[in-house]
Amino acid sequence: METLSAEVPLPAEGLLGWSWLLIALPLAGAAVLLLGGRRTDRWGHLLGTATVAGAFLLAVLCTVQLADVEGRSVDVDLFTFISTGELDVRAGLLYDPLSAVFVLLITGVGSLIHVYSIGYMAHDPARRRFFAYLNLFVAAMLLLVLGNSFVALYVGWEGVGLASYLLIAFWYTRPAAATAAKKAFIMNRVGDVGLALAIFVMFAQLGTTSYAGVFGSVGTLAGGTLTAIGLLLLLGACGKSGQFPLQAWLPDAMEGPTPVSALIHAATMVTAGVYLIARSAPIYDETPTARTVVLAVGAVTLLIGAIAGCAFDDIKKVLAYSTVSQIGYMFLAVGLGPAGYVAGLAHLLTHGFFKAGLFLGAGSVMHAMDDSVDMRRFGGLWKKLPVTFATFGLGYLALIGFPFLSGFYTKDAIIEAALDRDDVWGWVLGGVAVLGAGLTAFYMTRLMLMTFFGRARWEPGVHPHESPSVMTVPMVVLSLGSIGAGFLLVKAFPLSDWLEPVFGEHEAEHVVAPLTVGLVVTAVMLVGVLAAWLFVGRREVPDTAPVRVSPVTRAARNALYADTINESLVMRPGQWLTRALVWVDNRGVDGAVNGLAAGLGGSSSRLGRTQTGFVRTYALSMLGGAVLVAGALLAVTSG
Amino acid sequence: MNDVVIGTGETVAFWILGPVALAGALGMVFSRNAVHSALWLVNTMLALGVFYVIQEAPFLGAVQIIVYTGAIMILFLFVLMMVGRDSSDSVVETLRGQRVAATVLGIGFAGMVGAGIARATEGLVVTGLADAQPEGNIPAIAESLFTDYLLAFEVTSALLITAALGAMVLAHIEREPGSRRTQKELSRARFLTERPQTLPGPGVYARANSVAAPALLPDGSPSPESYATGIEPQEIDEMARPTGRGQLGSPDAALGTLDPAPLEGPAGGDRP
Amino acid sequence: MTLTYYLVLAAILFTIGAVGVLVRRNAIVVFMCIELMLNSVNLTLVTFARATGTVDGQIMAFFVMVVAAAEVVVGLAIIMSIYRTRRSASVDDANLLKY
Repeated sequence: METLSAEVPLPAEGLLGWSWLLIALPLAGAAVLLLGGRRTDRWGHLLGTATVAGAFLLAVLCTVQLADVEGRSVDVDLFTFISTGELDVRAGLLYDPLSAVFVLLITGVGSLIHVYSIGYMAHDPARRRFFAYLNLFVAAMLLLVLGNSFVALYVGWEGVGLASYLLIAFWYTRPAAATAAKKAFIMNRVGDVGLALAIFVMFAQLGTTSYAGVFGSVGTLAGGTLTAIGLLLLLGACGKSGQFPLQAWLPDAMEGPTPVSALIHAATMVTAGVYLIARSAPIYDETPTARTVVLAVGAVTLLIGAIAGCAFDDIKKVLAYSTVSQIGYMFLAVGLGPAGYVAGLAHLLTHGFFKAGLFLGAGSVMHAMDDSVDMRRFGGLWKKLPVTFATFGLGYLALIGFPFLSGFYTKDAIIEAALDRDDVWGWVLGGVAVLGAGLTAFYMTRLMLMTFFGRARWEPGVHPHESPSVMTVPMVVLSLGSIGAGFLLVKAFPLSDWLEPVFGEHEAEHVVAPLTVGLVVTAVMLVGVLAAWLFVGRREVPDTAPVRVSPVTRAARNALYADTINESLVMRPGQWLTRALVWVDNRGVDGAVNGLAAGLGGSSSRLGRTQTGFVRTYALSMLGGAVLVAGALLAVTSG
Repeated sequence: MNDVVIGTGETVAFWILGPVALAGALGMVFSRNAVHSALWLVNTMLALGVFYVIQEAPFLGAVQIIVYTGAIMILFLFVLMMVGRDSSDSVVETLRGQRVAATVLGIGFAGMVGAGIARATEGLVVTGLADAQPEGNIPAIAESLFTDYLLAFEVTSALLITAALGAMVLAHIEREPGSRRTQKELSRARFLTERPQTLPGPGVYARANSVAAPALLPDGSPSPESYATGIEPQEIDEMARPTGRGQLGSPDAALGTLDPAPLEGPAGGDRP
Repeated sequence: MTLTYYLVLAAILFTIGAVGVLVRRNAIVVFMCIELMLNSVNLTLVTFARATGTVDGQIMAFFVMVVAAAEVVVGLAIIMSIYRTRRSASVDDANLLKY
């Protein structure tokens, strides 16, 4: 196998030369909305939606044109970003199949969610600010996937981090939201440090940070250096994508408005880690160690997310843990190397559709239930919210991998790819993935049963009603994607063909027949559904969560103690260190300075007491001095 | 250079006059009375003057006796007479440890310097002044003074005139012409009062010694320093005095040289 | 009998003067003690003049006398003016210049 991305892309021509507009449009939208202030309140949401929709149209046209370019890769050189000493960073865009896929996902799903937000945020006085942040996010995310160097990627990376922070804390008057935003921002910083260090290592070792330059000279790097770069990039990816051990921020990020959860924390931003690893494929291809770590991270996260998802009663948190788990699948896939890149990206795309759809559906439910998120107070909603139920149900079926829907194709592809390793680890990873599929079926079925079926356990005074069409239409479009995207990307227009210029050709040699895998996975999924029906659907759901539960359930409710671990391993020692440093600063540094000053002041005031004003006392000291001098002279001359 | 042997006469003189000088010095330090101190010092200075004469410096000996014992010590006595005796004559030490420390340091200092001198002058050759002043002491000093030390000598004159002027400025009191009452006027004023007699001593006529009764100064006015801080001061209860308060005959008014302030108004009129 | 005896006597007189300065409170007596110290120095000067065979030491002593005279005049005038304002000749009473 051979990667082609190391070749220098062709310069952009025609419409592709204008691809910088993709970023500029939403960025301009954000600038107008933020700088325009209250004057733009009336039409701000329309402008915000229009810029993203325009970017989507432009992306479609660009991608169509890209298909005709030889090598399907163009470079859009813009300007010199940083030029100092040996560091010469050109700001430029790389439009190739991989970025094209992401651009289409971001702008496409982004447009739908913008439309949805018009309805969802209709009653929020700060709707204009919301759209400004959303536009800012889209611009940063596009820069992330379109940049032609790691530095450009890093700028976008930090931009989406900022937008994520602003949007999680959109209702910043709520302490929970402010805390969640801080948590997300700080945990992202941990990952960002890894990414920054990786870029520093690249520059130190290779003198360049552009994709073409780095990937072209990967072969010249020592194995240890490559592994270090791979692991540092992985740290960055884990931070942004909510992967183990940095997964704890993502569920808390659900404090943000639901469209944000759908766009940023389900469909696009959290998949940036997958993009980073896929983009860095030439590096990971050379370092099996780092790839193994990616695999392990993916597998562990997959299970953590699925287990935690089974226990929560907050509809958005269940979906958030589902996202964590599904991104675990993607990491598992890209960790498999050439065999899994395409499978992982395909799952990323279908996941973007159905998970965004699920979140929008959850938002619609919340809209109907007066912003409540407690599933124990839902139930029986399928009659009241038919459109939401239909679209949500389709997303649900796609997620659990119901045959011939999106998830079925892409998840099976990942499991197949894992098994194709044909060693013990292949079986272990495949087993984990299958187990994850079963758990997914369990918790999603539980969610469906608790939300739409059973007795209505609504809070008094709640009168569910279907959302306006401005919200339901995007949900319908996304549910169509949930149905068809998998078939389209895997069977009809295989994504592997489109991405072939990036990842090269990979002939899968199946160890287990795909049909067998499909049957097994479907069977496990059905077991999960059945189990959920047995545990949840068959009996009455209590209004409040039972207190006396097994240790497993308690652990799952605490998200496997991720926060506890973080707090005891990082936060407490950090606080102790800070306290110790403060103590050292107050007592040691300040103490030395203050002590010196106090000592001088005290001794001078005490010495001042010797100035009694009595001349005879002074004369006595003079005589003492004279005695001393005489003694000294005597001692010197006698010596 | 010829080594001069110190004669027996000089030795005898030293052993007589040395103790005298020492006794004078000790007497000066230990006398309660400052006048006695001055006399003890005169004693020491006279002994020293004799020493100068013995040590071939008759001119200095004469100057010592005339200037020091004559002029300077008389000046001291003048000032002592003007100031009079006061509490500072007391030999009770008020500074804690001062006397002990002074004694220890003094003995230490004397020991150090004595030992130093003894060591430094061991085998000191006495040249004698026979060669330096063949025509006598005074011509030799005069020659040296008006040749080698002429400048210093001239500068000394500046020093003396400055000292004289300084003393005048410091000791002079500016007083309006005619403000000084003559003794005749003072005595007449006193005898014009109801009961011409000498002023009573302080406290003689007081009838109370409570803390609220302020102390009376010799002229009969209450002393502000003695007002009790916590109590309203009482009216002074005292017997009728031969000379009223603030009258011209009061002692401070009489001693206008020392404190002209009581002349400004009736004494005691500043009571609150 | 050597000249050292004179010098030791001068040293003892000087010390007595110094101790007197330290233990007496009457400013005039303190002044007298200072005069004693000056005189003891004069004695050493005269003694050394004799030892070295030059009159320079006597000249020094002469100047010391002159300076002492000037000093006594000014010093006593100062004591007078202090006494006039403070009604005291005690050196301990003039103790305002302190902490």
